[in-house]
Amino acid sequence: MSYLTLTGIQKQFGTTYAVHEFNLSAEKGEFVSFLGPSGCGKTTTLRMIAGFEQPTAGTISIGGTDITHRPPNRRNVGMVFQSYALFPNMTVADNIGFGLRVRKRPKDAIHKRVDELLGLINLPDKGGRYPYQLSGGQQQRVALARALAIEPDVLLLDEPLSALDAKIRVALRKEIRSIQRQFGITTVYVTHDQEEALSLSDRVVVMSEGRIEQIGPPPDIYNFPATPFVASFVGTLNLLAAQVIDGATARLNLEGQEIRGSKPGAATGDRVTVAIRPETVEVGEAGGSNRLTGTIEDVSFLGSIVRTRVRIGNEASLSFDQFNDPGLAAGVVGDSIALSFPPEATLVLAGEANAGDALEQAIAES
Amino acid sequence: MPFLIFTLAFLVIPTFYLASGSFQNLAVAPNDPAHGAFTLQNYSALSQPNLADSYFASIEISLVTAVVGGIFGFLLAYAVIMGGLPRFLRSALMTYSGVASNFAGVPLAFAFTFTVGASGILTPLLLAGGVHLNIYSKTALELAYLYFQFPLMVLIIAPAIDGLRKDWREASENMGASAFQYWRFVAFPILLPSLLGTVILLFGNAFGAQATAFALTGGSINIVTIQITRQIRGDALNDPGIGYALAMGMVAIMAVTIGAYALLQRRAERWQR
Ligand SMILES: Nc1ncnc2c1ncn2[C@@H]1O[C@H](COP(=O)(O)OP(=O)(O)O)[C@@H](O)[C@H]1O
Ligand SMILES: [Mg+2]
Repeated sequence: MSYLTLTGIQKQFGTTYAVHEFNLSAEKGEFVSFLGPSGCGKTTTLRMIAGFEQPTAGTISIGGTDITHRPPNRRNVGMVFQSYALFPNMTVADNIGFGLRVRKRPKDAIHKRVDELLGLINLPDKGGRYPYQLSGGQQQRVALARALAIEPDVLLLDEPLSALDAKIRVALRKEIRSIQRQFGITTVYVTHDQEEALSLSDRVVVMSEGRIEQIGPPPDIYNFPATPFVASFVGTLNLLAAQVIDGATARLNLEGQEIRGSKPGAATGDRVTVAIRPETVEVGEAGGSNRLTGTIEDVSFLGSIVRTRVRIGNEASLSFDQFNDPGLAAGVVGDSIALSFPPEATLVLAGEANAGDALEQAIAES
Repeated sequence: MPFLIFTLAFLVIPTFYLASGSFQNLAVAPNDPAHGAFTLQNYSALSQPNLADSYFASIEISLVTAVVGGIFGFLLAYAVIMGGLPRFLRSALMTYSGVASNFAGVPLAFAFTFTVGASGILTPLLLAGGVHLNIYSKTALELAYLYFQFPLMVLIIAPAIDGLRKDWREASENMGASAFQYWRFVAFPILLPSLLGTVILLFGNAFGAQATAFALTGGSINIVTIQITRQIRGDALNDPGIGYALAMGMVAIMAVTIGAYALLQRRAERWQR
């Protein structure tokens, strides 16, 4: 049974579409992420769920009740803002208790709930502080507690960790996930950070230019990207242009060398994009029946792995990773090299036009 | 360093000059041996009904114009900023306020007399409505002061209203608060230090005003700044020592208002980061 349902949601600002044909069914207790580059409509969609924006078309329902036209203060949806948005004139405890106070709950009930939540976010003795006396990470925890205090039906988080430094970001996202599990609260989490989306979510919604590119569990998104955009935005896929020699057997021509795709389907003669993960490629013949030869262009040391980029023909380049064990003989720039990888790891994606652009955009984002 | 010189030249030295004058007997002729002798007479003279009244009147006028100008200035600024009015209207109001808040002294008095004075263009209209405005009265002076108090409020409070973040309103709505509850618990408390601070500034602004009152009433109204002018520069019955003592009282009041303003401003800024 779907709990949070968005059906045919659309949002137009003037003549531009911020969100297009957005359909989503989230189960009760599910953790769903919206992942995509900035400007792709994540925040707008989230704000429509919260009621701060009205969809131009479509409906939103929670637990079977249509809330599309309900004002935000009657939706019982908790929101955590990117900027925390704590009230500066109130103590931490008053911030957390605000939702209960405006609901006219008895004072001691509020007090009890606030204490519980302060414990939950590991700030038991900070109730009397003011927001400006807290670090960014602490403020964001308070914002989370404040959103949870009203026992919302749905929890919304808009890039809640983007203003924090990397270490706190990782710790806090684990905390968010564990609290979410504990409460079993249906959650929508907006981020442009793929690692965050993949590590936290039950399902990820990958968005681009106001449209959903793919919805699926993190392993599916990572291993079986449905479009060149998803392939380029998620992970560090190699994207290479190729032409289909024979659609039925998935034989491809890549810069004059022949390889096999993971499954048949593309029409003979089509220009397609081939996606190959760096970790599936091996030096020599051990990797699988697909072979490519090229020239080493770059060798970079990335700590536990060494990433080597190989030029294939005139246009294409392919990167692969090797574990950096002491016995590793890293390649030398300029040497020629033979690589192999399995056909199953050779994804064929329709279209080639914007794959490179999307990758550049994805890199610029991160 | 330049700041130090500036403070010395325009603040410390004049105040010192005023302070020393206020403890000297300057009521007698300069050739009298008692001239310049130390005395506390000037300060005890401040309790004379005439002089005490000037303080009461100044305080009343400043209070009334600060509060009235403050309330209406705030409402106007709020309406223009939050009311979703077009951008150009807003900058027009700000420019107007910038000019109008400096519109004081002789030009203001002249414009005021010309509009609602004995033969002013709006006077017949007022009379027809049963309003008889005595242009030498305190009420008239208060009205005239409002011409610069009101825009000054708009000018100073606008940035504070701008500082109310959209997320605060949204967060409050999100937690179920009504528009009134948002005002009552969030926006108003956040603005309060700025509001109080600005009203205090308006108070000081009115308290120190002299030229408008002088030009409008010809010096007939008994407020502190006019009284100081009379005592220091008047031709008969004047006593510069008393003038200096009056001025010292004013310096004290100004110091308190500026101090209170600074304190409130600091609090407001801490919140609006
Ligand atoms: N209030 C608005 N008025 C006009 N355009 C807007 C408004 N809010 C968002 N947009 C546009 O809608 C698109 C999606 O924005 P947004 O949802 O904020 O993206 P994201 O959160 O994914 O970065 C952007 O092109 C943005 O410029
Ligand atoms: Mg956003």
